[in-house]
Amino acid sequence: MRDGPQHAVEATGLVKHFTSGKKTTKAVDGVDLAIPTGSVYGLLGPNGAGKTTVVRMLATLLRPDTGTAKVLGHDVVSDADAVRAAVGLTGQYASVDEDLTGTENLLMLARLYGFRGPAARQRVADLLAAFSLTDAGGRQVKTYSGGMRRRIDLAASLVLSPRVLFLDEPTTGLDPRSRNQVWDIVRVLVQDGATVLLTTQYLEEADQLADRIGVINHGRLIAEGSPSELKHSVGQGAVTLRLADAGRRAEAAAVVQRVLGTEPTLPTDPYGLTARVPDDGTHRVAQVLPALEEAGIAVPEFSLGQPSLDEVFLTLTGEPLPEDEQGSDEPALEQEVSR
Amino acid sequence: MTAVDISTTTLREAVALEERPSRPSAVSTSLTFGWRALLKIKHVPEQLFDVLVSPVVFTLMFTYLFGGALAGSTTAYIQFLLPGILVQTIIIVTVYTGYTLNSDITKGVFDRFRSLPVWRPAPIVGALLGDQVRYTIASVMCIGLGLVIGFRPDGGVLGVVAGVALLLVFAFALSWIFTILGLLLRTPNAVMGVSMMVLMPLTFASNIFVDPSTMPSGLQAFVDVNPVTHLVTAVRGLMGGVVDAGDIVTVLVSAVVMTAVFAPITMYLYRNRH
Repeated sequence: MRDGPQHAVEATGLVKHFTSGKKTTKAVDGVDLAIPTGSVYGLLGPNGAGKTTVVRMLATLLRPDTGTAKVLGHDVVSDADAVRAAVGLTGQYASVDEDLTGTENLLMLARLYGFRGPAARQRVADLLAAFSLTDAGGRQVKTYSGGMRRRIDLAASLVLSPRVLFLDEPTTGLDPRSRNQVWDIVRVLVQDGATVLLTTQYLEEADQLADRIGVINHGRLIAEGSPSELKHSVGQGAVTLRLADAGRRAEAAAVVQRVLGTEPTLPTDPYGLTARVPDDGTHRVAQVLPALEEAGIAVPEFSLGQPSLDEVFLTLTGEPLPEDEQGSDEPALEQEVSR
Repeated sequence: MTAVDISTTTLREAVALEERPSRPSAVSTSLTFGWRALLKIKHVPEQLFDVLVSPVVFTLMFTYLFGGALAGSTTAYIQFLLPGILVQTIIIVTVYTGYTLNSDITKGVFDRFRSLPVWRPAPIVGALLGDQVRYTIASVMCIGLGLVIGFRPDGGVLGVVAGVALLLVFAFALSWIFTILGLLLRTPNAVMGVSMMVLMPLTFASNIFVDPSTMPSGLQAFVDVNPVTHLVTAVRGLMGGVVDAGDIVTVLVSAVVMTAVFAPITMYLYRNRH
């Protein structure tokens, strides 16, 4: 562990308004944060919740209207340069130059951070190797695949080995394989003592990486806690079945209700059936299949899904995600059990 | 797609940076950003199209369109026109400064730069330095073509070089207006549109094409205060071997004033943009 303040990131009462024409919107409405040094904090919320605005204020790209924030003890407004020297930023808004090659992009950044001559070239070679981009280094970034693109973005934010890393939706739009790679990279960085603030729309991502999660909606933190605390508040997810015989769905629903103690919902698919797992009922999930087998009901498909962001929101706010943001989320991790 | 293996060890080694380099100087960061502008020319050579083609079109078109009518012959007219058309060409090319800056903002590259611990004006100053290369290429095109079709400057090589140098100083100062537009407007194309609206009167209501003595007095008054007029007179003087120190000083002073006024506004917008 490195020396430093107890909290790598501390924010109090952050507020930011945006004015567009005559309309003023409050993008961030009084956010407090205290992220312990060496931990991962996940800021979870839908599009337009204020996640990116919070990150941009902490990364000195935006000045808060009111409130204060410190990164490694440096004020983001009065001591912005010290913050910039300590922070790495990757996200939809801090990008590399698509017209340049990967090597050129990193070389430019290495020089801007003060590496000179051969030291700069060595730094670039090390980073390209670390991110499996050595072969692609000579190609223009616009020819990169989504996963490569995200890796060069990450490499660009690690040129100076920042002690605090802001990752703004680092896996949005990536295929599962590239997403896992980004997760692995984040884990290595954290093991080496970096503090990470990660924004995401996916509960699963926050769950996988974060020590603490803050849920943000309409610019306010509406819940905060460890992943297990948060999920506990939402419930344990749901089991989803697909029956071989649609005619026996009512019967199957009765069996599931008896075992789990919650009333199943019947989707439009005549073979489908979904039931929420009660908070104290995780262990009973395993009894669902044997009970159905005993009743002679064939179940070709069975899955256990974690609560999705939709469900988190429904529970925390009492309202579903806004229509245009719903469905943009990936389905929650499904643990498929095939029979 | 072949499997991509991220080795934890190499990643860890790359992250564990033993020595942090010292912060680079303002000059060295500006030069690095200038280097980026040159790399962009290398990778997107199409962007040189305008600096290569517009001097040719302007010079040929105006020489042959107006030459006979205004000066009796094209050879006589080009001695008068070429320094002016050179000024017009370069001034129109300065618009791309704002256009490029705005594209950087739209694409997100700009925020990466703003998040760096470097001298704040460096990204913009660097871009302006890179643009000087474009202006030089356009100048060479314009003068080279002029020489081919009969331009014979009395000021000689030295006079021509001095004229171009003065023009580049002015172009650098003028570019700060377009960086402001680049930061204020929403899209690169809007920047182009508004900039052209500014430039049209500045270049046409000047002494680039004709002697202003035949113009109505109101227009003459504008032409007289138009800094482009003084620039054209100064460049003409230098290239023609008749140096007028007064005009050169006026140009330099207006360059200093433009930079002193517009550069701080640019930097204010740069710092406070969201």
